[in-house]
Amino acid sequence: MNHAELQMDAQGRLRHFLTIEGLSRQLVTDILDTAESFSGVTEQTVKKVPLLRGKTIVNLFFEASTRTRTTFELAAKRLSADVLNMNIGASSATKGETLLDTLRNLEAMHVDMFVVRHAESGAAHFIAQHVAPHVSVINGGDGRHAHPTQAMLDMFTIRRVKGPDFGRLRIAIVGDLLHSRVARSQIHALNILNAGEVRVVAPRTLIPADAASLGVHVYNNFEEGIRDVDVIMMLRLQRERMQGALLPSEHEYFRLFGLTEKRLALAKPDVTVMHPGPINRGVEMDSQVADGPHSVILAQVTHGIAVRMAVMSMAMGQKAQSGEGNA
Amino acid sequence: MDKNNDVDTLLDAMAAQLRTLISERKLTEPAMVGIHTGGVWVAERLHKKLGLDVPLGSLDISFYRDDFTRIGMNPQVRPSQLPFDIDNRHIILVDDVLHTGRTIRAALNELFDYGRPASIQLAVLVDRCGRELPIEANVVGRKMDLGNGEHVKLTGPEPLTLELQTPA
Repeated sequence: MNHAELQMDAQGRLRHFLTIEGLSRQLVTDILDTAESFSGVTEQTVKKVPLLRGKTIVNLFFEASTRTRTTFELAAKRLSADVLNMNIGASSATKGETLLDTLRNLEAMHVDMFVVRHAESGAAHFIAQHVAPHVSVINGGDGRHAHPTQAMLDMFTIRRVKGPDFGRLRIAIVGDLLHSRVARSQIHALNILNAGEVRVVAPRTLIPADAASLGVHVYNNFEEGIRDVDVIMMLRLQRERMQGALLPSEHEYFRLFGLTEKRLALAKPDVTVMHPGPINRGVEMDSQVADGPHSVILAQVTHGIAVRMAVMSMAMGQKAQSGEGNA
Repeated sequence: MDKNNDVDTLLDAMAAQLRTLISERKLTEPAMVGIHTGGVWVAERLHKKLGLDVPLGSLDISFYRDDFTRIGMNPQVRPSQLPFDIDNRHIILVDDVLHTGRTIRAALNELFDYGRPASIQLAVLVDRCGRELPIEANVVGRKMDLGNGEHVKLTGPEPLTLELQTPA
């Protein structure tokens, strides 16, 4: 069963959230709308709603993360769920078996949802295939494959800033596409939302071979790539995932692909600059840009909570059979 | 449609009851809050009839329902909007049909997550039997004795009409 089939139930609703690929535009829009409603929860005196009261959510992180884990944790807590954080260091070669053992142990503690981050592509999918029927799995990033909640919060941010019509937008994704699960999920989401033009901009060595098949325009020159764009989505240089000499040096990278105020002037005057964090200042972008008026980087973090609340509650709410509503 | 179901007449009667309630209980500067969707329609009209100063609020209780794990998320959830400070405020909560009382239970819980109101009054267009919780309205447009399987539904927003649905 592929990811797209595994994550939906028979009624076409979310059961797990593993990938953006294969989602309908309606469902993507539903997630964004639901997130919009949840963003109001922060205005309450009591910043939580009782939706997932009594549910237990485990953040199963096999790879370091601060922002993603804490926003998942906050999202779960604002839904009144109980949260357990498990940071499991990258382990030995017997990963498959270890992973299942870990899972069985946690299931025995009656966990209702796993948020999984793993350095290997397909890890969340693997876990989703093996969990009990009542358990949901949310992909918090797997290898180079997908980071669907990040892409959703990026879409949420674009929609907030630019409005709901993605068709009129020209969007550039800039940086280390080769190692980026974020970019892959962003491209799927932008395609589903019918974005006007999606460009990927990077040195030849950091563009995956199948880039063109994803329906994007490839640019190897930064200046050309960001000319007249509405949105620039920067990626983090995945230093820890890089093996071998893909780049001459970080200094050289910044000289060619670093986002400076001067380069930003090539884009549309009202361009929006995004970054999934954490930023390598002076490598991917200048501090003046990161902290400047076009940047929505901190808004992205805030939006991440509402979007994760939406995905978690939608996946968790679809467990049961349909029944009568109350009046 | 029998004459008793004329919504405008019911709204006038409710407005009169509310005026009495507000003066008797000395509810200074009360704020009205409608529950999505029908309750907001009713509240909009009552708010206008009473000429209240505090802007109208609206609640979507989807995140507070007790049947979430059974029926899941309604994708058309609208954000709740309470454009005033709830603390020490007299609240008039408005819904279209009072049935089991569970919606009101959820609305009360949500209101308290915004603060501590001075008091909450409940006004409903229709009070039908079938209560499952100890909740009653202070102001009622019309009482209806409906059997199991019978439903009354407010359609709107323009015009507002009450539809009685009986099992075929």
